[in-house]
Amino acid sequence: MEQLLMPFQFEFFRYGFVAAILVGALCGMIGVYVVLRGMSYIGHGLSHAIFGGAVASYVLGWNFYLGAGLWGFTAALLINQTARRYRIGADAAIGIITTASFAIGVAIISRYRRFTTNFDAALFGNVLGVTLNDVLVIAGVTIVTAVIVFLFYKQLLFITFDREVASAYGVRVEWIDAVFAFALAAAIIVSMQTLGVTLIAAALVIPPIVTRMLTDSFSHMLVGSVLIGALTAALGMYLSFQLDVASGAMIVLMGAFLFVLALGKREFRRLRRPALATEPLVPVSAHDLLD
Amino acid sequence: MSEPIVELRDVTFAYGRSAVVEKVNLHLHPGQFAGLLGPSGSGKTTILKLILGMLKPQRGTVFVNGNDLQERPSHRVSYVPQLETIDWNFPVTVGQVVLMGRIRQMGLLPWATRADKDAAEEMMERLGIAEMRARHIRDLSGGQQQRAFLARALLAQPDLLVLDEPTAGVDIGTQENILRLLAKLNREGVTILMTTHDLNAAAAHIPWVICLNRRVIASGPPDEVFTPKILSATYKGNMVVFRHNDMLFVGEQPHDHSYRDLVPNPVAGDVIITPNGNLPPLAPEIEKLIQSDVASPINSEAKD
Repeated sequence: MEQLLMPFQFEFFRYGFVAAILVGALCGMIGVYVVLRGMSYIGHGLSHAIFGGAVASYVLGWNFYLGAGLWGFTAALLINQTARRYRIGADAAIGIITTASFAIGVAIISRYRRFTTNFDAALFGNVLGVTLNDVLVIAGVTIVTAVIVFLFYKQLLFITFDREVASAYGVRVEWIDAVFAFALAAAIIVSMQTLGVTLIAAALVIPPIVTRMLTDSFSHMLVGSVLIGALTAALGMYLSFQLDVASGAMIVLMGAFLFVLALGKREFRRLRRPALATEPLVPVSAHDLLD
Repeated sequence: MSEPIVELRDVTFAYGRSAVVEKVNLHLHPGQFAGLLGPSGSGKTTILKLILGMLKPQRGTVFVNGNDLQERPSHRVSYVPQLETIDWNFPVTVGQVVLMGRIRQMGLLPWATRADKDAAEEMMERLGIAEMRARHIRDLSGGQQQRAFLARALLAQPDLLVLDEPTAGVDIGTQENILRLLAKLNREGVTILMTTHDLNAAAAHIPWVICLNRRVIASGPPDEVFTPKILSATYKGNMVVFRHNDMLFVGEQPHDHSYRDLVPNPVAGDVIITPNGNLPPLAPEIEKLIQSDVASPINSEAKD
Protein backbone atom coordinates (compact mmCIF):
# COMPACT_ATOMS: atom_id res chain seq x y z
CA MET A 1 0.00 0.00 0.00
CA GLU A 2 2.80 2.30 0.97
CA GLN A 3 4.43 1.59 -2.36
CA LEU A 4 1.18 2.39 -4.17
CA LEU A 5 0.77 5.73 -2.40
CA MET A 6 4.42 6.58 -2.61
CA PRO A 7 4.14 9.11 -5.50
CA PHE A 8 1.74 11.23 -3.44
CA GLN A 9 4.47 11.90 -0.91
CA PHE A 10 6.04 14.27 -3.41
CA GLU A 11 4.63 17.75 -3.68
CA PHE A 12 5.46 18.06 -7.37
CA PHE A 13 3.47 14.87 -8.05
CA ARG A 14 0.49 16.04 -6.03
CA TYR A 15 0.37 19.30 -7.98
CA GLY A 16 0.88 17.48 -11.26
CA PHE A 17 -1.80 14.92 -10.39
CA VAL A 18 -4.42 17.54 -9.53
CA ALA A 19 -3.46 19.63 -12.57
CA ALA A 20 -3.75 16.60 -14.86
CA ILE A 21 -7.19 15.63 -13.51
CA LEU A 22 -8.46 19.20 -13.93
CA VAL A 23 -7.02 19.43 -17.43
CA GLY A 24 -8.50 16.04 -18.35
CA ALA A 25 -11.95 17.07 -17.11
CA LEU A 26 -11.68 20.48 -18.79
CA CYS A 27 -10.60 19.06 -22.15
CA GLY A 28 -13.28 16.38 -21.88
CA MET A 29 -15.95 19.03 -21.31
CA ILE A 30 -14.94 21.43 -24.08
CA GLY A 31 -14.00 18.53 -26.37
CA VAL A 32 -17.65 17.44 -26.65
CA TYR A 33 -18.48 20.66 -28.48
CA VAL A 34 -15.27 20.53 -30.50
CA VAL A 35 -15.99 16.99 -31.74
CA LEU A 36 -19.69 17.55 -32.44
CA ARG A 37 -18.92 20.73 -34.36
CA GLY A 38 -16.66 18.69 -36.62
CA MET A 39 -13.61 20.65 -35.48
CA SER A 40 -11.55 17.86 -33.93
CA TYR A 41 -8.43 19.23 -35.52
CA ILE A 42 -8.86 22.61 -33.80
CA GLY A 43 -7.22 21.42 -30.59
CA HIS A 44 -4.12 20.44 -32.46
CA GLY A 45 -4.12 23.60 -34.54
CA LEU A 46 -4.97 26.05 -31.80
CA SER A 47 -2.35 24.68 -29.45
CA HIS A 48 0.22 25.29 -32.19
CA ALA A 49 -1.17 28.78 -32.75
CA ILE A 50 -0.97 29.53 -29.04
CA PHE A 51 2.63 28.36 -29.06
CA GLY A 52 3.32 31.31 -31.36
CA GLY A 53 1.58 33.60 -28.88
CA ALA A 54 3.52 32.14 -25.97
CA VAL A 55 6.82 32.82 -27.69
CA ALA A 56 5.79 36.34 -28.70
CA SER A 57 4.65 37.19 -25.16
CA TYR A 58 7.97 35.90 -23.80
CA VAL A 59 9.91 38.16 -26.14
CA LEU A 60 7.69 41.15 -25.35
CA GLY A 61 7.97 40.47 -21.65
CA TRP A 62 4.23 39.96 -21.20
CA ASN A 63 2.58 37.58 -18.80
CA PHE A 64 2.40 34.14 -20.46
CA TYR A 65 -1.31 33.60 -19.79
CA LEU A 66 -2.24 37.08 -20.98
CA GLY A 67 -0.19 37.01 -24.18
CA ALA A 68 -0.95 33.43 -25.13
CA GLY A 69 -4.59 33.92 -24.13
CA LEU A 70 -5.11 36.95 -26.33
CA TRP A 71 -3.30 35.24 -29.20
CA GLY A 72 -5.31 32.04 -28.83
CA PHE A 73 -8.65 33.81 -28.49
CA THR A 74 -7.95 35.85 -31.63
CA ALA A 75 -6.88 32.72 -33.53
CA ALA A 76 -10.03 30.83 -32.46
CA LEU A 77 -12.26 33.73 -33.54
CA LEU A 78 -10.39 34.06 -36.83
CA ILE A 79 -10.78 30.34 -37.54
CA ASN A 80 -14.50 30.52 -36.84
CA GLN A 81 -15.08 33.62 -38.91
CA THR A 82 -12.89 32.54 -41.82
CA ALA A 83 -14.56 29.13 -42.01
CA ARG A 84 -18.10 30.57 -41.89
CA ARG A 85 -17.71 33.72 -43.92
CA TYR A 86 -15.55 32.47 -46.75
CA ARG A 87 -16.95 28.91 -46.84
CA ILE A 88 -13.50 27.38 -47.06
CA GLY A 89 -14.23 24.73 -44.43
CA ALA A 90 -13.11 24.57 -40.80
CA ASP A 91 -10.19 22.23 -41.53
CA ALA A 92 -8.68 24.57 -44.11
CA ALA A 93 -9.18 27.64 -41.89
CA ILE A 94 -7.53 25.85 -38.96
CA GLY A 95 -4.67 24.73 -41.19
CA ILE A 96 -3.94 28.20 -42.51
CA ILE A 97 -4.32 30.29 -39.37
CA THR A 98 -2.68 27.97 -36.89
CA THR A 99 0.32 26.99 -38.99
CA ALA A 100 0.93 30.66 -39.75
CA SER A 101 0.76 31.42 -36.05
CA PHE A 102 3.05 28.50 -35.20
CA ALA A 103 5.46 29.68 -37.86
CA ILE A 104 5.64 33.06 -36.15
CA GLY A 105 6.68 31.28 -32.96
CA VAL A 106 9.31 29.23 -34.78
CA ALA A 107 10.63 32.36 -36.52
CA ILE A 108 10.98 34.16 -33.18
CA ILE A 109 12.71 31.16 -31.60
CA SER A 110 15.17 30.92 -34.48
CA ARG A 111 15.89 34.63 -34.01
CA TYR A 112 16.36 34.38 -30.20
CA ARG A 113 17.91 30.93 -29.84
CA ARG A 114 18.82 31.39 -26.19
CA PHE A 115 15.47 30.27 -24.77
CA THR A 116 14.60 27.26 -26.93
CA THR A 117 14.78 24.84 -23.98
CA ASN A 118 12.05 26.77 -22.13
CA PHE A 119 9.63 25.87 -24.85
CA ASP A 120 10.30 22.14 -24.81
CA ALA A 121 7.82 21.97 -21.94
CA ALA A 122 5.20 23.80 -23.99
CA LEU A 123 5.72 21.42 -26.89
CA PHE A 124 5.85 18.10 -25.04
CA GLY A 125 4.43 18.90 -21.60
CA ASN A 126 6.20 19.01 -18.26
CA VAL A 127 3.77 18.10 -15.56
CA LEU A 128 6.54 17.80 -13.00
CA GLY A 129 7.14 21.51 -13.31
CA VAL A 130 3.56 22.42 -12.34
CA THR A 131 3.43 24.84 -9.42
CA LEU A 132 0.62 25.69 -7.02
CA ASN A 133 0.06 28.85 -9.00
CA ASP A 134 -0.44 26.78 -12.17
CA VAL A 135 -2.91 24.51 -10.37
CA LEU A 136 -4.90 27.53 -9.24
CA VAL A 137 -4.99 28.96 -12.76
CA ILE A 138 -6.11 25.61 -14.19
CA ALA A 139 -8.78 25.29 -11.48
CA GLY A 140 -9.98 28.83 -12.23
CA VAL A 141 -10.29 28.17 -15.96
CA THR A 142 -12.05 24.85 -15.30
CA ILE A 143 -14.58 26.50 -13.00
CA VAL A 144 -15.22 29.41 -15.40
CA THR A 145 -15.65 26.99 -18.32
CA ALA A 146 -18.02 24.82 -16.27
CA VAL A 147 -20.08 27.91 -15.41
CA ILE A 148 -20.18 28.94 -19.09
CA VAL A 149 -21.32 25.44 -20.11
CA PHE A 150 -23.91 25.44 -17.31
CA LEU A 151 -25.35 28.85 -18.17
CA PHE A 152 -25.27 28.44 -21.94
CA TYR A 153 -25.98 24.72 -22.06
CA LYS A 154 -29.17 25.07 -24.12
CA GLN A 155 -27.71 27.65 -26.51
CA LEU A 156 -24.49 25.67 -27.02
CA LEU A 157 -26.50 22.51 -27.65
CA PHE A 158 -28.74 24.25 -30.21
CA ILE A 159 -25.81 25.91 -32.00
CA THR A 160 -23.78 22.71 -32.06
CA PHE A 161 -26.72 20.71 -33.40
CA ASP A 162 -28.27 23.16 -35.82
CA ARG A 163 -26.23 26.33 -36.03
CA GLU A 164 -28.12 28.10 -38.79
CA VAL A 165 -31.53 27.42 -37.34
CA ALA A 166 -30.49 28.43 -33.83
CA SER A 167 -30.21 32.05 -34.93
CA ALA A 168 -33.76 31.92 -36.28
CA TYR A 169 -34.90 30.90 -32.79
CA GLY A 170 -33.29 33.93 -31.21
CA VAL A 171 -29.99 32.37 -30.10
CA ARG A 172 -27.19 34.94 -30.33
CA VAL A 173 -24.91 32.67 -32.32
CA GLU A 174 -22.01 35.10 -32.87
CA TRP A 175 -21.87 36.05 -29.21
CA ILE A 176 -22.01 32.44 -28.00
CA ASP A 177 -19.32 31.56 -30.55
CA ALA A 178 -17.07 34.25 -29.08
CA VAL A 179 -17.64 32.91 -25.55
CA PHE A 180 -16.86 29.40 -26.78
CA ALA A 181 -13.70 30.57 -28.55
CA PHE A 182 -12.60 32.22 -25.32
CA ALA A 183 -13.22 29.05 -23.29
CA LEU A 184 -11.46 26.88 -25.87
CA ALA A 185 -8.40 29.13 -26.04
CA ALA A 186 -8.21 29.28 -22.24
CA ALA A 187 -8.53 25.49 -21.95
CA ILE A 188 -5.72 24.92 -24.41
CA ILE A 189 -3.42 27.45 -22.78
CA VAL A 190 -3.74 25.95 -19.32
CA SER A 191 -3.38 22.43 -20.75
CA MET A 192 -0.13 23.24 -22.52
CA GLN A 193 2.16 22.71 -19.58
CA THR A 194 0.58 19.41 -18.53
CA LEU A 195 0.01 17.79 -21.90
CA GLY A 196 2.12 19.80 -24.29
CA VAL A 197 1.10 21.28 -27.62
CA THR A 198 1.44 17.96 -29.39
CA LEU A 199 -0.95 15.96 -27.19
CA ILE A 200 -3.73 18.45 -26.45
CA ALA A 201 -5.70 17.36 -29.51
CA ALA A 202 -5.96 13.82 -28.16
CA ALA A 203 -7.20 15.03 -24.77
CA LEU A 204 -9.89 17.09 -26.52
CA VAL A 205 -11.02 14.35 -28.88
CA ILE A 206 -10.66 10.94 -27.22
CA PRO A 207 -12.94 11.32 -24.14
CA PRO A 208 -15.93 12.67 -26.15
CA ILE A 209 -15.49 10.01 -28.82
CA VAL A 210 -15.35 7.23 -26.22
CA THR A 211 -18.56 8.44 -24.55
CA ARG A 212 -20.25 9.04 -27.91
CA MET A 213 -19.75 5.34 -28.60
CA LEU A 214 -21.51 4.47 -25.36
CA THR A 215 -24.48 6.85 -25.39
CA ASP A 216 -26.96 8.58 -27.70
CA SER A 217 -27.74 11.30 -25.16
CA PHE A 218 -25.99 14.65 -25.30
CA SER A 219 -26.12 15.27 -21.54
CA HIS A 220 -24.74 11.79 -20.82
CA MET A 221 -22.01 12.38 -23.37
CA LEU A 222 -21.04 15.65 -21.67
CA VAL A 223 -20.88 14.19 -18.17
CA GLY A 224 -19.23 10.97 -19.38
CA SER A 225 -16.59 12.84 -21.31
CA VAL A 226 -15.65 14.92 -18.25
CA LEU A 227 -15.39 11.78 -16.12
CA ILE A 228 -13.37 9.84 -18.70
CA GLY A 229 -11.07 12.83 -19.24
CA ALA A 230 -10.41 13.05 -15.49
CA LEU A 231 -10.05 9.29 -15.11
CA THR A 232 -7.58 8.85 -17.97
CA ALA A 233 -5.57 11.80 -16.65
CA ALA A 234 -5.40 10.34 -13.15
CA LEU A 235 -4.46 6.87 -14.39
CA GLY A 236 -2.02 8.26 -16.92
CA MET A 237 -0.29 10.45 -14.36
CA TYR A 238 0.00 7.67 -11.84
CA LEU A 239 1.34 5.15 -14.33
CA SER A 240 3.72 7.68 -15.83
CA PHE A 241 5.37 8.00 -12.43
CA GLN A 242 5.45 4.26 -11.77
CA LEU A 243 6.69 3.37 -15.26
CA ASP A 244 8.88 6.44 -15.70
CA VAL A 245 7.19 7.47 -18.94
CA ALA A 246 6.28 10.99 -20.13
CA SER A 247 3.01 12.01 -18.42
CA GLY A 248 1.30 13.55 -21.47
CA ALA A 249 1.96 10.46 -23.55
CA MET A 250 0.69 8.14 -20.79
CA ILE A 251 -2.54 10.15 -20.36
CA VAL A 252 -3.22 9.94 -24.08
CA LEU A 253 -2.42 6.21 -24.13
CA MET A 254 -4.94 5.67 -21.33
CA GLY A 255 -7.56 7.45 -23.44
CA ALA A 256 -6.67 5.37 -26.47
CA PHE A 257 -6.99 2.22 -24.33
CA LEU A 258 -10.50 3.22 -23.22
CA PHE A 259 -11.37 3.94 -26.85
CA VAL A 260 -10.39 0.39 -27.79
CA LEU A 261 -12.49 -0.94 -24.89
CA ALA A 262 -15.51 1.11 -26.03
CA LEU A 263 -15.00 -0.11 -29.57
CA GLY A 264 -14.88 -3.70 -28.31
CA LYS A 265 -18.05 -3.23 -26.25
CA ARG A 266 -19.87 -1.85 -29.26
CA GLU A 267 -18.79 -4.72 -31.48
CA PHE A 268 -19.74 -7.20 -28.77
CA ARG A 269 -23.23 -5.67 -28.52
CA ARG A 270 -23.58 -5.78 -32.28
CA LEU A 271 -22.62 -9.44 -32.44
CA ARG A 272 -24.97 -10.34 -29.59
CA ARG A 273 -27.93 -8.67 -31.26
CA PRO A 274 -30.32 -11.41 -32.43
CA ALA A 275 -30.55 -11.79 -36.16
CA LEU A 276 -33.82 -10.65 -37.69
CA ALA A 277 -36.25 -13.48 -38.13
CA THR A 278 -36.72 -13.95 -41.82
CA GLU A 279 -39.33 -15.83 -43.72
CA PRO A 280 -38.64 -17.20 -47.15
CA LEU A 281 -39.87 -14.83 -49.82
CA VAL A 282 -42.61 -16.28 -51.96
CA PRO A 283 -43.15 -14.58 -55.30
CA VAL A 284 -46.61 -13.01 -55.46
CA SER A 285 -48.22 -12.09 -58.71
CA ALA A 286 -49.96 -8.76 -59.15
CA HIS A 287 -53.19 -10.62 -59.99
CA ASP A 288 -53.17 -12.35 -56.59
CA LEU A 289 -52.88 -9.01 -54.85
CA LEU A 290 -55.75 -7.53 -56.86
CA ASP A 291 -58.01 -10.46 -56.05
CA MET B 1 -57.76 42.73 -45.27
CA SER B 2 -55.51 42.11 -42.26
CA GLU B 3 -51.98 43.48 -42.04
CA PRO B 4 -49.50 41.12 -43.71
CA ILE B 5 -47.31 39.02 -41.43
CA VAL B 6 -44.53 39.21 -43.98
CA GLU B 7 -43.94 41.73 -46.69
CA LEU B 8 -41.01 41.92 -49.06
CA ARG B 9 -40.73 45.26 -50.80
CA ASP B 10 -38.42 45.48 -53.83
CA VAL B 11 -36.01 43.05 -52.24
CA THR B 12 -32.77 42.24 -54.03
CA PHE B 13 -30.14 39.85 -52.71
CA ALA B 14 -26.94 38.58 -54.30
CA TYR B 15 -24.31 36.08 -53.28
CA GLY B 16 -21.28 37.71 -54.81
CA ARG B 17 -22.08 39.59 -57.98
CA SER B 18 -25.10 37.84 -59.43
CA ALA B 19 -28.50 38.51 -57.89
CA VAL B 20 -30.32 35.46 -56.60
CA VAL B 21 -33.51 37.40 -56.01
CA GLU B 22 -34.24 40.67 -57.71
CA LYS B 23 -36.88 43.27 -56.91
CA VAL B 24 -39.09 40.74 -55.23
CA ASN B 25 -42.40 41.96 -53.89
CA LEU B 26 -44.62 39.61 -51.96
CA HIS B 27 -46.76 39.53 -48.90
CA LEU B 28 -48.27 36.89 -46.73
CA HIS B 29 -51.32 37.43 -44.55
CA PRO B 30 -52.26 35.74 -41.27
CA GLY B 31 -53.88 32.35 -41.83
CA GLN B 32 -52.41 31.83 -45.29
CA PHE B 33 -50.85 28.57 -46.42
CA ALA B 34 -48.50 29.43 -49.27
CA GLY B 35 -46.03 27.48 -51.34
CA LEU B 36 -42.91 28.96 -52.87
CA LEU B 37 -42.14 27.21 -56.15
CA GLY B 38 -39.39 27.50 -58.64
CA PRO B 39 -36.44 25.68 -60.13
CA SER B 40 -33.23 25.03 -58.19
CA GLY B 41 -31.34 28.28 -57.76
CA SER B 42 -34.46 30.39 -58.25
CA GLY B 43 -34.07 31.97 -54.81
CA LYS B 44 -36.64 30.05 -52.78
CA THR B 45 -34.39 29.27 -49.81
CA THR B 46 -32.87 32.75 -50.04
CA ILE B 47 -36.34 34.26 -49.65
CA LEU B 48 -36.94 32.10 -46.58
CA LYS B 49 -33.61 33.16 -45.07
CA LEU B 50 -34.39 36.82 -45.75
CA ILE B 51 -37.71 36.43 -43.94
CA LEU B 52 -35.95 34.70 -41.04
CA GLY B 53 -33.38 37.49 -40.84
CA MET B 54 -30.49 35.10 -41.59
CA LEU B 55 -29.66 37.20 -44.66
CA LYS B 56 -29.88 40.93 -45.15
CA PRO B 57 -31.16 42.29 -48.45
CA GLN B 58 -28.81 44.48 -50.43
CA ARG B 59 -31.79 46.48 -51.60
CA GLY B 60 -35.38 46.71 -50.46
CA THR B 61 -36.98 45.94 -47.13
CA VAL B 62 -38.34 42.88 -45.38
CA PHE B 63 -41.17 43.58 -42.96
CA VAL B 64 -42.31 41.05 -40.39
CA ASN B 65 -45.43 41.98 -38.44
CA GLY B 66 -45.10 45.48 -39.86
CA ASN B 67 -41.56 46.00 -38.55
CA ASP B 68 -38.48 46.43 -40.71
CA LEU B 69 -36.45 43.31 -39.97
CA GLN B 70 -33.19 45.29 -40.11
CA GLU B 71 -34.30 47.65 -37.39
CA ARG B 72 -36.28 45.27 -35.27
CA PRO B 73 -35.46 41.56 -35.65
CA SER B 74 -38.45 39.32 -35.21
CA HIS B 75 -38.36 35.97 -33.48
CA ARG B 76 -41.96 35.22 -34.23
CA VAL B 77 -41.06 33.14 -37.26
CA SER B 78 -40.17 29.47 -36.82
CA TYR B 79 -38.09 27.57 -39.30
CA VAL B 80 -38.07 23.92 -40.27
CA PRO B 81 -34.91 23.29 -42.30
CA GLN B 82 -34.44 20.66 -44.97
CA LEU B 83 -33.94 17.29 -43.32
CA GLU B 84 -30.85 16.82 -45.50
CA THR B 85 -29.07 19.50 -43.46
CA ILE B 86 -29.50 17.65 -40.15
CA ASP B 87 -26.60 15.75 -38.59
CA TRP B 88 -28.39 12.47 -37.90
CA ASN B 89 -25.51 11.13 -35.80
CA PHE B 90 -25.77 13.97 -33.30
CA PRO B 91 -26.52 12.53 -29.84
CA VAL B 92 -29.97 13.95 -29.32
CA THR B 93 -33.39 12.44 -28.68
CA VAL B 94 -36.74 13.48 -30.16
CA GLY B 95 -37.76 15.07 -26.86
CA GLN B 96 -34.54 17.13 -26.71
CA VAL B 97 -35.03 18.36 -30.29
CA VAL B 98 -38.61 19.42 -29.57
CA LEU B 99 -37.55 21.24 -26.38
CA MET B 100 -35.13 23.38 -28.42
CA GLY B 101 -38.22 25.15 -29.75
CA ARG B 102 -38.84 26.51 -26.28
CA ILE B 103 -35.39 28.04 -25.87
CA ARG B 104 -36.75 31.59 -25.62
CA GLN B 105 -39.16 30.72 -22.84
CA MET B 106 -36.76 28.56 -20.84
CA GLY B 107 -34.90 30.00 -17.86
CA LEU B 108 -31.20 30.16 -17.09
CA LEU B 109 -30.90 26.62 -15.79
CA PRO B 110 -29.76 24.02 -18.29
CA TRP B 111 -32.60 21.62 -17.60
CA ALA B 112 -36.26 21.94 -18.61
CA THR B 113 -38.86 22.86 -16.01
CA ARG B 114 -42.11 20.96 -15.53
CA ALA B 115 -43.91 23.62 -17.61
CA ASP B 116 -41.36 23.23 -20.46
CA LYS B 117 -41.71 19.44 -20.39
CA ASP B 118 -45.52 19.66 -20.35
CA ALA B 119 -45.55 22.05 -23.31
CA ALA B 120 -43.21 19.77 -25.29
CA GLU B 121 -45.24 16.72 -24.36
CA GLU B 122 -48.46 18.38 -25.47
CA MET B 123 -46.91 19.32 -28.81
CA MET B 124 -45.55 15.82 -29.36
CA GLU B 125 -49.00 14.40 -28.56
CA ARG B 126 -50.54 16.82 -31.03
CA LEU B 127 -48.22 15.65 -33.77
CA GLY B 128 -48.38 11.97 -32.85
CA ILE B 129 -44.76 11.46 -31.82
CA ALA B 130 -45.11 11.39 -28.02
CA GLU B 131 -44.21 7.72 -27.83
CA MET B 132 -40.92 8.40 -29.59
CA ARG B 133 -39.75 11.09 -27.17
CA ALA B 134 -36.83 9.05 -25.83
CA ARG B 135 -35.71 7.71 -29.19
CA HIS B 136 -32.69 8.98 -31.09
CA ILE B 137 -33.73 11.15 -34.03
CA ARG B 138 -31.96 8.82 -36.45
CA ASP B 139 -34.28 5.97 -35.42
CA LEU B 140 -37.44 7.64 -36.79
CA SER B 141 -38.98 7.34 -40.23
CA GLY B 142 -38.80 10.31 -42.61
CA GLY B 143 -42.34 11.41 -41.74
CA GLN B 144 -41.72 11.12 -38.01
CA GLN B 145 -38.49 13.09 -38.31
CA GLN B 146 -40.36 15.85 -40.10
CA ARG B 147 -42.98 15.83 -37.33
CA ALA B 148 -40.26 16.15 -34.69
CA PHE B 149 -38.87 19.28 -36.36
CA LEU B 150 -42.38 20.61 -36.90
CA ALA B 151 -43.06 20.12 -33.19
CA ARG B 152 -39.89 22.07 -32.37
CA ALA B 153 -41.00 24.89 -34.64
CA LEU B 154 -44.56 25.01 -33.29
CA LEU B 155 -43.40 24.94 -29.68
CA ALA B 156 -41.89 28.38 -30.27
CA GLN B 157 -45.48 29.63 -30.79
CA PRO B 158 -44.67 31.40 -34.04
CA ASP B 159 -46.81 33.81 -36.01
CA LEU B 160 -45.43 32.20 -39.15
CA LEU B 161 -44.08 28.73 -39.85
CA VAL B 162 -41.47 28.55 -42.59
CA LEU B 163 -40.49 25.18 -44.05
CA ASP B 164 -37.74 24.49 -46.54
CA GLU B 165 -38.76 21.57 -48.75
CA PRO B 166 -40.50 19.55 -46.05
CA THR B 167 -41.38 16.84 -48.56
CA ALA B 168 -37.94 16.43 -50.14
CA GLY B 169 -36.59 12.91 -50.07
CA VAL B 170 -39.70 11.22 -48.65
CA ASP B 171 -41.97 8.72 -50.33
CA ILE B 172 -45.32 9.75 -51.77
CA GLY B 173 -47.31 8.41 -48.81
CA THR B 174 -45.19 10.32 -46.28
CA GLN B 175 -45.41 13.40 -48.49
CA GLU B 176 -49.19 13.17 -48.42
CA ASN B 177 -49.18 12.79 -44.63
CA ILE B 178 -46.90 15.78 -44.13
CA LEU B 179 -48.93 18.02 -46.40
CA ARG B 180 -52.21 16.94 -44.79
CA LEU B 181 -50.70 17.67 -41.39
CA LEU B 182 -49.63 21.13 -42.56
CA ALA B 183 -53.12 21.77 -43.96
CA LYS B 184 -54.58 20.72 -40.59
CA LEU B 185 -52.20 23.04 -38.71
CA ASN B 186 -53.17 25.82 -41.08
CA ARG B 187 -56.87 25.23 -40.37
CA GLU B 188 -55.99 25.51 -36.67
CA GLY B 189 -54.61 28.98 -37.33
CA VAL B 190 -50.94 28.53 -38.20
CA THR B 191 -49.72 30.66 -41.10
CA ILE B 192 -47.41 28.62 -43.31
CA LEU B 193 -44.89 29.34 -46.04
CA MET B 194 -43.05 26.40 -47.56
CA THR B 195 -40.89 25.69 -50.54
CA THR B 196 -41.38 22.64 -52.70
CA HIS B 197 -40.37 21.17 -56.02
CA ASP B 198 -43.47 19.03 -56.30
CA LEU B 199 -45.99 20.92 -58.38
CA ASN B 200 -48.65 18.23 -58.22
CA ALA B 201 -48.47 18.05 -54.45
CA ALA B 202 -48.66 21.84 -54.34
CA ALA B 203 -51.72 21.79 -56.60
CA ALA B 204 -53.41 19.23 -54.38
CA HIS B 205 -52.60 20.63 -50.94
CA ILE B 206 -51.44 24.25 -51.01
CA PRO B 207 -54.12 26.89 -51.50
CA TRP B 208 -51.76 29.71 -52.53
CA VAL B 209 -48.65 29.38 -54.63
CA ILE B 210 -45.90 31.83 -55.56
CA CYS B 211 -43.87 31.03 -58.66
CA LEU B 212 -40.35 32.36 -58.40
CA ASN B 213 -37.41 32.58 -60.66
CA ARG B 214 -35.24 35.37 -59.33
CA ARG B 215 -38.40 37.48 -59.50
CA VAL B 216 -41.97 36.64 -58.63
CA ILE B 217 -43.48 35.33 -61.85
CA ALA B 218 -47.00 34.88 -60.49
CA SER B 219 -48.87 34.22 -57.29
CA GLY B 220 -52.35 33.02 -56.52
CA PRO B 221 -54.36 29.81 -56.18
CA PRO B 222 -52.83 26.91 -58.13
CA ASP B 223 -55.91 26.83 -60.36
CA GLU B 224 -55.01 30.26 -61.66
CA VAL B 225 -51.25 30.15 -61.47
CA PHE B 226 -50.54 26.71 -62.89
CA THR B 227 -50.80 27.53 -66.54
CA PRO B 228 -48.28 26.35 -69.10
CA LYS B 229 -47.32 29.93 -69.77
CA ILE B 230 -46.53 30.78 -66.15
CA LEU B 231 -44.87 27.44 -65.47
CA SER B 232 -42.79 27.66 -68.61
CA ALA B 233 -41.69 31.16 -67.60
CA THR B 234 -40.82 29.88 -64.13
CA TYR B 235 -39.07 26.66 -65.06
CA LYS B 236 -37.83 27.62 -68.53
CA GLY B 237 -39.19 24.38 -69.88
CA ASN B 238 -42.28 23.14 -71.63
CA MET B 239 -44.94 22.15 -69.15
CA VAL B 240 -48.33 20.57 -69.70
CA VAL B 241 -51.25 21.09 -67.34
CA PHE B 242 -54.15 18.65 -67.08
CA ARG B 243 -57.35 19.32 -65.22
CA HIS B 244 -59.44 16.36 -64.21
CA ASN B 245 -62.33 16.17 -61.73
CA ASP B 246 -61.25 19.39 -60.01
CA MET B 247 -57.71 18.11 -59.79
CA LEU B 248 -54.74 19.68 -61.43
CA PHE B 249 -51.81 17.76 -62.82
CA VAL B 250 -48.62 19.25 -64.14
CA GLY B 251 -46.32 17.28 -66.36
CA GLU B 252 -43.32 17.78 -68.53
CA GLN B 253 -43.77 17.99 -72.23
CA PRO B 254 -42.68 14.56 -73.46
CA HIS B 255 -39.46 14.75 -75.35
CA ASP B 256 -39.17 12.63 -78.45
CA HIS B 257 -41.73 10.19 -77.04
CA SER B 258 -44.24 8.06 -78.84
CA TYR B 259 -47.18 9.81 -77.11
CA ARG B 260 -46.33 13.01 -78.89
CA ASP B 261 -46.22 11.28 -82.20
CA LEU B 262 -49.67 9.88 -81.59
CA VAL B 263 -51.39 12.95 -80.15
CA PRO B 264 -51.71 16.14 -82.11
CA ASN B 265 -52.07 17.99 -78.79
CA PRO B 266 -50.80 18.96 -76.29
CA VAL B 267 -48.07 21.03 -77.76
CA ALA B 268 -45.95 23.39 -75.72
CA GLY B 269 -48.11 26.02 -74.11
CA ASP B 270 -51.44 24.22 -74.48
CA VAL B 271 -53.67 23.05 -71.69
CA ILE B 272 -56.05 20.17 -71.82
CA ILE B 273 -59.06 21.40 -69.92
CA THR B 274 -62.58 20.34 -70.69
CA PRO B 275 -65.63 22.22 -69.47
CA ASN B 276 -66.97 19.30 -67.43
CA GLY B 277 -63.61 18.62 -65.86
CA ASN B 278 -63.13 15.30 -67.60
CA LEU B 279 -60.24 14.39 -69.76
CA PRO B 280 -61.07 14.36 -73.43
CA PRO B 281 -61.59 10.89 -74.82
CA LEU B 282 -58.35 9.32 -75.74
CA ALA B 283 -57.64 7.62 -79.00
CA PRO B 284 -57.74 3.81 -78.57
CA GLU B 285 -54.09 3.46 -79.48
CA ILE B 286 -53.10 5.97 -76.78
CA GLU B 287 -55.34 4.29 -74.22
CA LYS B 288 -53.60 1.03 -75.03
CA LEU B 289 -50.19 2.63 -74.79
CA ILE B 290 -50.99 4.23 -71.44
CA GLN B 291 -52.42 1.02 -70.03
CA SER B 292 -49.31 -0.88 -70.98
CA ASP B 293 -46.82 1.82 -70.12
CA VAL B 294 -48.14 3.61 -67.07
CA ALA B 295 -48.89 1.92 -63.76
CA SER B 296 -51.83 4.15 -62.90
CA PRO B 297 -54.03 5.21 -65.80
CA ILE B 298 -54.66 8.92 -65.76
CA ASN B 299 -58.42 8.56 -66.23
CA SER B 300 -58.86 5.94 -63.53
CA GLU B 301 -61.49 7.99 -61.75
CA ALA B 302 -63.62 8.06 -64.85
CA LYS B 303 -63.52 4.27 -64.85
CA ASP B 304 -64.79 4.17 -61.27
